[in-house]
Amino acid sequence: MFRRPFQLYRSQNPWRDIDRMQREMSRLFDEFAYTPRSRMAPSFPAINVWTNENGAVVTAELPGVNPEDIDISVVGETLKLTGSRRPEELEEGAKYHRRERSFGSFTRTFQLPFTVEADNVEAVFDKGVLHISLPRAEAEKPKKIAVKAA
Amino acid sequence: MANENSTLQTQDAEKQEVQVTEGTERTRPGRAYVPRADIYETEEALVVLADMPGVDQNSLDITLEKNVLSIRGRVEIQNPDNYNLAYAEYEVGDYERNFTLSDGIDTDNISASIKNGVLQINLPKSGPAKARKINVLAA
Repeated sequence: MFRRPFQLYRSQNPWRDIDRMQREMSRLFDEFAYTPRSRMAPSFPAINVWTNENGAVVTAELPGVNPEDIDISVVGETLKLTGSRRPEELEEGAKYHRRERSFGSFTRTFQLPFTVEADNVEAVFDKGVLHISLPRAEAEKPKKIAVKAA
Repeated sequence: MANENSTLQTQDAEKQEVQVTEGTERTRPGRAYVPRADIYETEEALVVLADMPGVDQNSLDITLEKNVLSIRGRVEIQNPDNYNLAYAEYEVGDYERNFTLSDGIDTDNISASIKNGVLQINLPKSGPAKARKINVLAA
């Protein structure tokens, strides 16, 4: 690792040396930068987006949120997800030993790569997981263009 | 007490992966996460709440061995058909967590339920420990 780099590069072709140095430098930087699965959720809730040519499916994990407390609105290409998770109602005299779950409101706005057919958006909340299916506006769907022989 | 006007933060969306102890391996492929949990105590019982989105009563396994309460939740990965994952912020996996119970739990009457991906386990306190007032004698 800690060899003296410039002594190594004494070949006939200086361009090849520069090339090699460059490669070693970028390898070094890659080692620092590389952390597997470092995708960090920008805010609550974390979402996944699935797409195909007919639309998109957005999923989010919202355990403990009542379905009636979730609000979904779609305007053009923008999906807005708002809601809140209510705190647990404890009986009098109860005390916490451990608190890791948090409560409060959340808002996420997401830009989709196409205009959504707002009337046909469907959302299902099952086992604390939200699935929103967002069909693509008919006018924007990709069209297959036939190539004619000249 | 919880502030009703608080906002859920970034860290609330992150999942913590189970640390596998050396020399052991998971028997199911895929990842496993530690569910976030609250534990509170009332006069009659100890209550455990755990966030396990994607788990229902059929995919839940709770066992009590000696004084270790183990919670296992299997999550069937349901990817939408004919769609490609375009953007991902979270991953789906099973849930695993163990709790060591103190004495004084009526182990025969433990009950559990799950709703909207939140597991609730009621651990009733056993008889004599329920309300034990200690009288302080004057010296």
